[in-house]
Formats: sequence, C-alpha cells, structure tokens
Amino acid sequence: MTEKLHEFVETLKSANPEWVGDVKDALGEVTVTVPREHIFAACEFLRDSLGFDMLADLCGGDRGPEEDPRFEVNYHLFSTTHHRRLRLKVLLSEDDPKVESVTPLWKTADWHERETYDLVGVVFENHPDLRRILLPSDFDGHALRKDYPLRGYEPYSMN
Amino acid sequence: MSSAAETIAADFDAIDEPLETQMTLSMGPQHPSTHGVLRLDLRLDGELVVKAIPDIGYLHTGMEKLFEYKKYQQGIVITDRMDYLNPLGNNLAYVMAAEKLLQFEIPERAQVVRVLMCELQRIASHMVWLGTHCLDIGAMSVFFYCFRQREKILNLIEAASGGRMTPSYFRIGGLMMDLPAGFDRRVRQFMDDFPEAMDTFNTLVTGNRIWQSRTKDIGYISKEDAISWGLTGPCLRASGVDLDLRRDNPYTGYETYDFDIPVETGGDVWARFMVRMRELEESYKIVRQALERLKPGPIKADAPKVVLPDRDDMRKHMDSLIHHFLIVAEGFNVPPGEVYHAIEASKGELGVYMKSNGGPKPERVHFRGPSFVNLAALPVMSEGEMVADVVAIIGSLDIVLGEIDR
Repeated sequence: MTEKLHEFVETLKSANPEWVGDVKDALGEVTVTVPREHIFAACEFLRDSLGFDMLADLCGGDRGPEEDPRFEVNYHLFSTTHHRRLRLKVLLSEDDPKVESVTPLWKTADWHERETYDLVGVVFENHPDLRRILLPSDFDGHALRKDYPLRGYEPYSMN
Repeated sequence: MSSAAETIAADFDAIDEPLETQMTLSMGPQHPSTHGVLRLDLRLDGELVVKAIPDIGYLHTGMEKLFEYKKYQQGIVITDRMDYLNPLGNNLAYVMAAEKLLQFEIPERAQVVRVLMCELQRIASHMVWLGTHCLDIGAMSVFFYCFRQREKILNLIEAASGGRMTPSYFRIGGLMMDLPAGFDRRVRQFMDDFPEAMDTFNTLVTGNRIWQSRTKDIGYISKEDAISWGLTGPCLRASGVDLDLRRDNPYTGYETYDFDIPVETGGDVWARFMVRMRELEESYKIVRQALERLKPGPIKADAPKVVLPDRDDMRKHMDSLIHHFLIVAEGFNVPPGEVYHAIEASKGELGVYMKSNGGPKPERVHFRGPSFVNLAALPVMSEGEMVADVVAIIGSLDIVLGEIDR
C-alpha cells in the first residue's frame, strides 16, 4: 500500500540525501522528518517532480514543555493526479521555533501558517503577512501550547 | 482581528488622496449574507473591489484545545458544532481517524448506514447552501422550498439519533444505535418526493435568466490557482479538476457504489452552482443504492473494551457492565501514533489530524476544514468584481463559520 510512497521518498533521498531524516511507515501513512533548513527545498522538489501539487493541510503541535525539540509542524501533501498523501514533519526547538514559509509554493499555506503561528507560536520566516488569525491581535500567549491553561489566564474582554 | 483594519489603514496612507478615489467598506460581521460572523474589509474604487481581506475568528471557541482535555468518545460531541450543516460528516471524519489508530474493522451494516446518513446529510447541507445562496442574490422564495426538503431530512436524522443538528450518531467502532423500525420506508418516502423538488429548483433557479446573469463569469478562479489555494470539493471541481475523495481515497465502502462525479470547467459562480446541483442527484443515487444494501447485522465492532455494550447485555452479563463502567469513567487507551484521515464532506476535504500518546485523551486533534481553506481564496475570486457580486461569491463558496473559526 505504501510502496509507491517509499519510492517517492527514495527519489527524494537521491535528489539530496540531506533532505530526508527519519522515515516512518505506520497505519498506512508515511512520515518523513525533514531538517528545518531544507523544508522549502524538499517541498519544492516534491511539488515539481513528484506531483504533490496540493498542500492539503499544515498544522503545528506542541509535544509538551519537557520535550526537546518541543514543537512540530506537519505538512500533509496530496496529489491531484496520483491521489497519494505524504506527511512531512519539521521539529523545532523551544528557543528558536522558526521555519521557512512555504507560501511561495502553495498559496493555501498562508492561512494555515497564520493559524499555526497564532495557536502554537511557530514563526514562519518570509511569510507575507504573519499575524494572528483566529485570536484577537492583542491576545497574550499561544493557546494550543501544553502549558497554556484551558481556561486562559484571565477572562478576556473584547474592549 | 482588528489588525486587518490596521493593515488597511496603512495601505491608505500610501495613497495620495484616498478619499478622492477609493473607500473602505467593512462588511459584516453581522451582515446576513456573510453566513454567520465573517467580516470583510473591502477596498472599493466606485463599485469595484480593489482589495478584499477576510477577517475571521469571531466564533473561535478553542475546540482544538478542548479535544485535548476530553476523552476520545467525548470529542464526537464537539465535532457536531463545527460544520453545523454537516455534523454527520464531522462525526465520520473524527471517528474514522480514531478507528484508524485503533485499527478497527467496522461491520458491513454500520458502513452502509454511515454512507446512507452522510449522503442524506449532504443533501440537507446543499439545501441550506442553495436556499441561502439564492436568498443572498435576491431570489427569496427558493429558500422556503429548500428548507422544506431539509426539514424532512432533519426529521430522519432525529428519528435515527435523537438530535436534529447535533446527532453524534457515529461512534468509535460503529453507530450509537441501530436505525429505528420503518426507517427505510421513511427514507424511501422522502426519496420519492425529492425529484419533484429538484424540478422545482431547476425551474425556479437554473433556467432563470436573472440568476444566470448574476452568476455567469463572476468570481473566476483558474485550475492552477484552485489547486494552489487548496480548494476542494465542489469549488475545485467547478474549476475543472476531477477529484473526489469518495472515489480517489475511498472510505466506508464508497468504491462499491455507482455514482458520477460532476465536473465543470467554468471556474465561476455558475460552475460551482451547477456542480452542486448535479451532486444532489448523485447523492440521491447513492442513497438509493445504500437503501438496497441495508441488511440486518451487527452495528458495532467487536471490541468490548472500546465500544459501549448494548443495554440488554449489561443487564445479563457482569463483564459488559464492568466494561461499560470503565469506558464511561476512565475511557479507553488508544495506541500511540498519528493519522491524517480525510473525507469528502459536503464542502470539500474534511481532514482530521489525530495524534495519540497512548492515553484515553488525544494529544492533538486538528481539523482541516474545507470552509477555512476555501474562504482564504475569496480575495482572488472577488478582486476586480462588483460589491454586489462579492455576496454571490461568498454564497458560492458555501462556508460555515463554525468550522472556519473552530
């Protein structure tokens, strides 16, 4: 079921072995961990050479304050021609949660990256308009971080 | 949220004599044609839209955060409230992601019922779309005909699950309960009347010259742009991309049903309208086929530690009672892992990213809502159009703010 995806990963590896870190095959899905400085190049190669022309989803996650690297960003690539999905994962440390934006490759990344920045606090470099999207612009903190309390620090007022 | 206004204000400073040429119109969040609480910052040159900036977040309730604090089975209830016009689709995406982590096999009858209910829900969702889309453009009467049909479907959903808009009918491992007696007869009754309603819609809207002139060549988006902006569902198919997850990434046995995928190449409001109108007929076909396949059988997976036992079992067997107590009180553990499961909801690809670390609560649940992604493309479609056409374009996107803001 995932042989074709492994072929893609091999092609990716042969294009530049540095792009591919850990490869995981579980539950019928393939996850490739990409070093953060190579994510843009890897995405560009996958889009232009292997037909992954759509970014289905991009979401961030907090693995917990005690973890290192603490943050992750998942790129769910999809192809409108061969209909396969591939997940790329970038791990980011707490001190420097920055990764290059993929907005130049897929316009849809704009809002996904803004949402990830808003809720998880990952900074996307070279993003054209990186500001909060769901929460108010003067909101304090990033709500989806594990150390952010469920009910917030104080009642938020819209004034 | 207010920073969009700041951006616009900054843009204004760059113009030499702003009031001479252009003005800003803040549309929403209480404007009825924005389908909820969407606000648009429109910069206008006369009646032409020069720049459109959607401003969202007014309905943000932190659902993704809430999932992390609820057990897996409690999360189903939250999903009802996302895309409230397609709650069964949300239920399905969520439970299927959890089932993928648990590696469950779902019995045949439960799969057929899921398909049946989801397609009924798709018709109901499209009915709201058609009614409000027409209402926005000024065809008031269609709304009443649409809601009459939708009401019948909501009654069916209520008969099956007890809830009209918040059914929570699909559970991890199967269904909440079996369909009530005589359900298939009631569905058949609805199906027998539905073609006549479709004729009414076609007479009222499709062949209407005012409708056509309000929708043709409005809000164009090209095939390449549609893919780059991540459009899915009817919006993508209206731009000439033949993609439907029910056929291309099949789930719950959709690959065994016989249906066509309507594709239009216009890329405008009219094309999106036509795709959805033809989709209604395809959903109709699928419901008919699902009714034929409805055979008696189990509706829950054989997993006593995850799936709630039947009431009758609990009265007779002590282990069922213990399992029931443990599932409700402590939940069930889901093996560690991460999945992304996508279904074809009525508005497009509804994806659920679910990550488990082995406990009874998920570590991360992320919903990729089709409305969220489709709305992001609104500026491309509406820039260069008239203000009145923005209303038509929003209607053609079929957005639900509950899903966008989550």
